[in-house]
Amino acid sequence: FRKIELYEMVWNLREGLKDCLIAAAPYGGPIALLKESQRRERSASARPLLEIYSAAGVAMASFPWKSGVVVHIGWTVSDDLLCIQEDGTVLIYDMFGNFRRHFSMGNEVLQNQVIEAKVFHSAYGTGVAIVTGAFRFTLAANIDDLKLRRLPEVPGLQVAPSCWAVLMQDRQTKVVLASGKDLYMLDNTACTLVTPPGIDPQVSSYFQMAASFSYKYLALFTDTGHVWMGTSNLKEKLSEFDTKVRSPPKQMVWCRRPKSQQPSVVLMWDRLLLVAGKCRESIKYPSHCESFLVPELDGVRIVSRSFHEFLHEVPGACEEIFKIASMAPGALLLEAHKEYEKESQKADEYLREIKEQNLLPEAVRQCVEAAGFEHEPETQKILLRASSFGKCFLSNFPPELFVGMCLDLRVLNAVRDYSVGIPLTYSQQYKQMTVQVLIDRLVFRRLYPLAIEICRYLKIPEFQGVSRVLKHWACFKVQQKEDPDDVIACAINQKLGDTAGISYSEIAARAYECGRTELAIKLLEFEPRSGEQVPLLLKMKRSQLALSKAIESGDTDLVYMVVTYLKSEMNRGDFFMTLRNQPVALSLYRQFCKHQEQNTLKDLFNQDDDHQELGNFYVRASYGEGSVKARMAALQNAVDEFNKAKNEFSAKATEEQMKLLRWQCRFQEEFDKPYLDCSLHETVRSLLEDGKHKQAEQLYKDFHIPDKRFWWLKISALAEKEDWEELEKFSKSKKSPIGYLPFVEICVKHHNKYEAKKYVSKVTLEQKVKAHLALGDLEQAVEAAIERRSESDLNLVLSRCIPTTDRALLDKINHARAGVLKK
Amino acid sequence: MVPMALNSRRDAPEPPDFSHLKRLARDQLIYLLEQLPGKKDLFIEADLMSPLDRIANVSTLKQHEVDKLYKLENKPIVSTCDQLCFLIRPRIHSVKWIADIVNTDKAAGRFRRYKIIFSPQKFYACETILEEQGIYGDVSCDEWEFYLLPLDDDLISLELPEFFRDYFLEGDQRWVSTAGKALHLLHSVYGPFSKVYGIGRCAKMTYETWREFVEDGEQRPRQPEVGNVFLIDRDVDFVTSLCSQVVYEGLVDDIFRIKCGCVEFGPEVTSSDKSLKVMLNSSDKVFSEIRNEHFSNVFGFLSQKAKSLQTAYDKRRGMDIQQMKMFVSQELKGLKQDHRLLSLHISACESIMKKKTKQDFQELLKTEHCLLEGFNIRESISYIEEHINRQVSLTESLRLLCLLSLTENGLIPKDYRSLKAQYLQSYGTEHLLTFANLRKLGLLVEQQPGDTITAMENKVGKLVTDKAVGKLTDAFNSLAKKSNFRALSKKLALIPEVDGEYDLCTPRDMAYIFSGAYVPLSCKLVEQVLDRGWTGLEEVTRLLNGNEFAVTAGGSGGEIKTKHDSQRIVFVMFLGGCTFSEISALRFLGRERGYKFIIVTTAITNSARLLESVLDSRV
Repeated sequence: FRKIELYEMVWNLREGLKDCLIAAAPYGGPIALLKESQRRERSASARPLLEIYSAAGVAMASFPWKSGVVVHIGWTVSDDLLCIQEDGTVLIYDMFGNFRRHFSMGNEVLQNQVIEAKVFHSAYGTGVAIVTGAFRFTLAANIDDLKLRRLPEVPGLQVAPSCWAVLMQDRQTKVVLASGKDLYMLDNTACTLVTPPGIDPQVSSYFQMAASFSYKYLALFTDTGHVWMGTSNLKEKLSEFDTKVRSPPKQMVWCRRPKSQQPSVVLMWDRLLLVAGKCRESIKYPSHCESFLVPELDGVRIVSRSFHEFLHEVPGACEEIFKIASMAPGALLLEAHKEYEKESQKADEYLREIKEQNLLPEAVRQCVEAAGFEHEPETQKILLRASSFGKCFLSNFPPELFVGMCLDLRVLNAVRDYSVGIPLTYSQQYKQMTVQVLIDRLVFRRLYPLAIEICRYLKIPEFQGVSRVLKHWACFKVQQKEDPDDVIACAINQKLGDTAGISYSEIAARAYECGRTELAIKLLEFEPRSGEQVPLLLKMKRSQLALSKAIESGDTDLVYMVVTYLKSEMNRGDFFMTLRNQPVALSLYRQFCKHQEQNTLKDLFNQDDDHQELGNFYVRASYGEGSVKARMAALQNAVDEFNKAKNEFSAKATEEQMKLLRWQCRFQEEFDKPYLDCSLHETVRSLLEDGKHKQAEQLYKDFHIPDKRFWWLKISALAEKEDWEELEKFSKSKKSPIGYLPFVEICVKHHNKYEAKKYVSKVTLEQKVKAHLALGDLEQAVEAAIERRSESDLNLVLSRCIPTTDRALLDKINHARAGVLKK
Repeated sequence: MVPMALNSRRDAPEPPDFSHLKRLARDQLIYLLEQLPGKKDLFIEADLMSPLDRIANVSTLKQHEVDKLYKLENKPIVSTCDQLCFLIRPRIHSVKWIADIVNTDKAAGRFRRYKIIFSPQKFYACETILEEQGIYGDVSCDEWEFYLLPLDDDLISLELPEFFRDYFLEGDQRWVSTAGKALHLLHSVYGPFSKVYGIGRCAKMTYETWREFVEDGEQRPRQPEVGNVFLIDRDVDFVTSLCSQVVYEGLVDDIFRIKCGCVEFGPEVTSSDKSLKVMLNSSDKVFSEIRNEHFSNVFGFLSQKAKSLQTAYDKRRGMDIQQMKMFVSQELKGLKQDHRLLSLHISACESIMKKKTKQDFQELLKTEHCLLEGFNIRESISYIEEHINRQVSLTESLRLLCLLSLTENGLIPKDYRSLKAQYLQSYGTEHLLTFANLRKLGLLVEQQPGDTITAMENKVGKLVTDKAVGKLTDAFNSLAKKSNFRALSKKLALIPEVDGEYDLCTPRDMAYIFSGAYVPLSCKLVEQVLDRGWTGLEEVTRLLNGNEFAVTAGGSGGEIKTKHDSQRIVFVMFLGGCTFSEISALRFLGRERGYKFIIVTTAITNSARLLESVLDSRV
């Protein structure tokens, strides 16, 4: 074991660490102090001071404690301070002493009060465990996802447990507690009495217990002065050590490197620090002043009034190299390098010795590894130089190891600096914690420039590195209340520019949280993706702006989202007015209304005084109505609207439709036949087909149906009925406005050539050819065509002739054509 | 049959293999189905049925524990399954139907698990409905990102017929991001593209959304693999989509309606009492040879084919046993297949002939050509009038009216009113709404006195300068939009000058698809822009209302030195649908110029579909 001085504490504590609640965050985190005097005096005037220092003792925050009595303080994995009060309230502060939030450990606590509490860390996050005045345990495994669990009662427990610890086993949080000579294991459902294997039967009480960093091991300090060490499931004993001290230690913590064979525990009394291990002997350090132990993954930090030290088992590599008279390859290489520096030939001898055993790569590796365990930059340098020296004699030693170590050590030394104060060991803590987390911690400490430097130095991809730091910086920047909006927005944009992976909307969201809406809007202007701007703008109630941004984004879903929001937020009038200025949103909303809210659609048109569309709306509505009365009403509305729109045509057409409806109703009653939903044309045809000529004539006159249409209608209806007599009569009633070719054609269509022929003579000269063709009379057609001397007519006939059978005709036509062409 | 491209030209490159798209879609669907383990009944939205069928057949679905398949309808269901899965388009009414189903179950105290799979994406509005109906927590939602359905080697459809109405008529831009995503999918699987051209506001927005997806995603510099992409809005060229189709595939679509690459021939074609579903694509050897032909050539081709088939059969005579064995085992099957297809297409032709070669159709075409060329307008108007008066067909009458308006830059007020009045008499007053829609689209408008329109244009022009507002003024814009067809036609020489008869057997330009009367504007633009970009077309783009763009998307690679084969692959994306005639025209252009055109469209359309989508159906 060895003790390394990390820092000479720069803090200036008047009363030392006495009577303080102390908590230090693992992984070289900050230290919090709360004067405990409050407990006794209880005078409102003497408010205790809560102070937060970095690991180097640099003050980070200090403020008078105004809330209730604090039982325990502890740090979360993300370096937030938890203050657990007597009444079960847990207050959370960040490391600068800013209040974050609070939660309660349950109602039961209110009466019984918290007598003791512990903060613990696991894969799930940071947890809190309390024991109440009724000696019941309650825990929350993760304070960010608060689920309180009340553990089962311990039967017969009348006094507070002498000591207890939180364990993580099989992904379950358990509590082990001691009461007299009994040990109990509490899990979610049960309370089990347990006995550690090989415990001295004389033990009548346990003074102290400690779980290891990983919860794998448990140490118990008994009233006999023994330390029992074993696995935390209490199935296996590792060793036992007699401290010969009968008084309970102030603190007991594990000091064990992962994978190391030696279980060892550090115990602290007022004036003594003792390391107990497997062997019979112990290492004793006298301590002069009040200290505090902070368990770490691979050792223990000892914080005292003036020093901050790190106690750990000497790592293998260092031991090999620095052990006196060590012949390990690393030690030899270091020696060789020393000689080389002195320009002594011994260097060669040492080297040769290593090389003969083929251990040079091993030697280099050892030196590099050892450098990682060393705290002093000087020692690191010596070891690294030695390894680099050794590397020169190797042709294919992979460089990554060495280069990586140099990079990482530089980073570690930088963060270990007094001004930063994060002492981390390389091989365990740093590796376990990862660079990402380290950068996060720097960011939490607002050490943005250093974080960025590290990102750049380690060439971390921008997205995870620099951009992330910059984003945090910007989020912090927006909270600086003293600077005006313009300055901040400008500063942020200048720094961030278009760096990949930066979301201006996130920063703006933070600004908004801080109540700086104007700044948020300014920041949003820098956001290139308009889609990202919308949700925040809505939140800030800048709905108009949100709407235009949504439209700009071209994402209709977004537009729709804003529209729905507006609809619920605004009164109808304002809502419509807003839509009116945004045609895209308006048409989207109209589409929706068409399916969902017909009446809203009407209101929309009303708002705009869009009488044309209103007219159309009523026309559409009329066709949806079942009763004639309702239809008429809708149509009348339409007429009114069309009139307002000065659309005489539509108004008239609609009036005619109303007139038609009236007629249709009358016919429907008279003839017991459906006429509704028929157009005028269809109605007339239907009447004609039924022989209701009189009624048809009425419509013809009433609606001013053009003569042509009426004639077409009449002849096709008559032909349909094969009422040839009536057809002939009709043809003679007056001069046909459509000529007589249609008569021929309609007869042919109904396979009555006889009737058709009656009309041929009436057909005009121009159409005669067609009439003959319709009858299939080619010869007559030819005659007619020749008579007209029309080339196109001749061609028409020609196209109908079949070359094989109509030889004679063909000749005739061709002859005629020639004649026509000549002229 | 004479091959179309006679001169020796560069061969067009092979198109990429688009079956990947199907596989991607299938895999994702299977994944989604497996997210709901156990037996489940699947309810499918009616118009997703055919596309789904192209991706995963019933047996595939059954393999993944789909028990029964139903069409999603607005009525109570009979399923007894404990898990219901709904496969729908993100439409409000479909979600409401589902909500009814769930609420009925709730009222009956029945517990089931529900899952809605939206294809190709979910819209916020749909979730709002779930919330309003109080079932948001009862159903789980997923998206089946099935954006693109390859219908053929060179044809990919988004199968979104409502795109046209929603965007162009209602001004609803929800599908724009869908189009952007579809383009992004093509880009990531078959891209990158070296150049992107486009015209139209929707094209521009689609391009922008796509760029955003590209920028958000991971960017690896890759060699461009697809030469060019051309995006075009349907409203750039309405005329082409409204003309009668006379190329075989187009005609089949006009008459029998091709659905998802498949046509159902009725009894009159199959000459039996059953109708028959036939896949129409390039794997049908007979069809692939006639699909792009002018109809007048098809019959000749088919009879020639019949003859050669006969000759092949005739080879049997004089064969010895061995040869006969070979013949039966190797050729006979193919011949029989050809035979079957041939007789089918011959019957289809007959059926088309019956309908289309009558006097009426010839006159109809004549009128159309007159409209396109701009003479005998009065005669055409009275033809249309007669058409309406005789109540020939609701959409056909409308089509002619629109063609008249588009080619004439709107109807003079007197004609407009009288034709409209007559139309209403024939087909019902509710078509007031249809006319309002057509007016909004700029398809059928009344000419305004000169000054009004300039004032309007000015107003719109001012609005457009503001970026945000610019994106949204479509609706206003179309009010003032002139089609400028006559000027465009002159500028781009869309009406070929023909001395004598246009030779439809060996066409010389794309006009053959309209019997030589008219080169489709949309395709002409593609041709011109591929030749030389937008330069020199300033007047044309002005007449088309601007919004053209050309972007070299190749990234940092600079100029592409080697002209890879793949550089001659061109994606043409129609926003709002394209017709088979246009596809035929582009295929022709590709053969002429050595390009391989891949047509990507929001849906296959034709005049009837286009106009039906604009009707305001009776509620």
